[in-house]
Amino acid sequence: MITDIRPAPAPATGTVSGPGTRRVRPGRLGLHAFLMTVSLAFLAPLLLAVYASLRPYEETAKYGYFSLPRHLSFDYYKQAFTDSGMGKYFLNSILIAVPGVLLTLFLASFVAFSVTRLKMRGGLVLLMVFTAGNLLPQQVIVTPLYVLFTKIELPYWMSDSMTMYDSYWAVIAVQVAFQVGFCVFVLANFMRTLPIEIIEAAVVDGAGVWTRYWRITLPLCRPALAALATLQFTWMYNDFLWALVFISDGDKLPVTSALNNLRGQFFTDYNLLAAGSVLVALPTVLVFLLLQRHFIAGLTLGANKG
Amino acid sequence: MPLTTARRAKRRGPRRFTSRDLAVIGVLLGIPVLLDLALVWGPTLASIGLSFTSWDGIGDLHWVGFDNYRNLFTEYPPFWPAVRNNLLWVAFLGLVATPFGLLLAVLLDKGVRFSRFYQSTLYMPVVLSLAIVGFIAQLVFSRDQGALNAILGDKSHPVDWIGDPDLNIWMVLLAAAWRHTGYVMILYLAGLKSVDPSLKEAAAIDGASETQSFFRVVLPTLRPVNVIVGVITVIEALRAFDIVYAINHGRNGLELLSVLVTDNIIGEASRIGFGSAIAVVLLTVSLGFIVTYLVQELRGEKKG
Repeated sequence: MITDIRPAPAPATGTVSGPGTRRVRPGRLGLHAFLMTVSLAFLAPLLLAVYASLRPYEETAKYGYFSLPRHLSFDYYKQAFTDSGMGKYFLNSILIAVPGVLLTLFLASFVAFSVTRLKMRGGLVLLMVFTAGNLLPQQVIVTPLYVLFTKIELPYWMSDSMTMYDSYWAVIAVQVAFQVGFCVFVLANFMRTLPIEIIEAAVVDGAGVWTRYWRITLPLCRPALAALATLQFTWMYNDFLWALVFISDGDKLPVTSALNNLRGQFFTDYNLLAAGSVLVALPTVLVFLLLQRHFIAGLTLGANKG
Repeated sequence: MPLTTARRAKRRGPRRFTSRDLAVIGVLLGIPVLLDLALVWGPTLASIGLSFTSWDGIGDLHWVGFDNYRNLFTEYPPFWPAVRNNLLWVAFLGLVATPFGLLLAVLLDKGVRFSRFYQSTLYMPVVLSLAIVGFIAQLVFSRDQGALNAILGDKSHPVDWIGDPDLNIWMVLLAAAWRHTGYVMILYLAGLKSVDPSLKEAAAIDGASETQSFFRVVLPTLRPVNVIVGVITVIEALRAFDIVYAINHGRNGLELLSVLVTDNIIGEASRIGFGSAIAVVLLTVSLGFIVTYLVQELRGEKKG
């Protein structure tokens, strides 16, 4: 416990929350004008999509998307839910993304921990293998994986197709294998900013590897884990290539890939597609809006906690 | 408990890990390593192997040497446009979207009012799926109904932003940048917040201008963020697929290497050998960037 009394490492001084309110300069006005313009420009396409989804196709075909409304209704949303059963696809997305994120973070944090904190030989090589693996484009590995998954047999209670192909196991396994690389990279960078003294103290106290990892390092990584969880959830939820290739049963598709069906069935009706897009985007936007304080605060506080 | 502690203390010299430690390491390190090797690196090597065959997915494997590559470089029309578009993508995100995100982060870091609103708005596109970005881009850029042409108001000669093969790649890049900028901004903003303010104060006392202190003092301390941002920029650019696929399946000026691979493998033709050769080209380009980054990382490691 004596070690705790030492002065905190240098970055800790960064916790000062800015040098107080500054005086208002005329330059601030220009700054606000600029930021407001950019913000509105960023928001405009989203609002346009929402707007288009509320209007009938005949109207926008005649007057264009950028015109005053004559009819506004939620008909396209009803249509998206009744005709294409989006509720089911949402559930499928959750079934893939939630286990995917949890597994990824659990495995990646241990790899990052052992690379940065256990002073193992070959740790750096391991880090490189994972990081480089995550940088590969999906298309490089998609064909051999497809062949592999059709060859792996699973019992019926795990997959009703009796193979790994056309089951969530395939999608989750690939998502985890692929995303672990990115999380290892970020978490290893984050863990290096944590004071090594804490781990050394734990070693002196006789803590085993599991304790050092689970009880001591992970709690300190909470901000980084929260940030990564948010990112990974949106990535896994948004990914449509894996499910498109590895799942053949239309009823098992996650919602992002199912959106593609909406497009196939109603190829010309972009307003229905806009409604579908808004529905698919909604969960990620909500997750972001609800968690953004933790997300931003987490990333910001990251370097100063210790 | 005192018993085990004593035993561990005795062992400390020659052996760093107890057998329980080794079991934990073996399982928890073994699973991700096996997953990574079996589902990422194994298939990568398999793709390289397949690129030297004429496999169609069903019959026997026939070794054809470099035939696929020869065809690709000399006789496959969409190949070079795809390479050009992929490189454009890297350049546009790296030279336009990323610096713009950094600029926004620096402005927001000055402690302006409504900073939270600006941050949320600018970051919003990042949480969208790239396929959705592609769909939304069509609402904006469509020739007859699109919002952009309505604003420009040129009814007699409307520009076909998406249909014109010389123009559409730039519109798609704008859409991609729309999503990329916010991501870069939030990463830099977090980095900037953690920079020790006394560094800037010291630079100011030494007579450095705001610009000087940013480029000479602040930016170098953001090295970890710079690396992450660089990696993300390259990943996004080489993976680009969903946007163009959502717009027109990557044809007519929007060719990308990723689309060509998918067309040859998943399409009706099922030219797996040929598709794998394109995948290997994509792999080679990526490896160029990847190795550069890893070398940089290694150097940073030695310095730090």
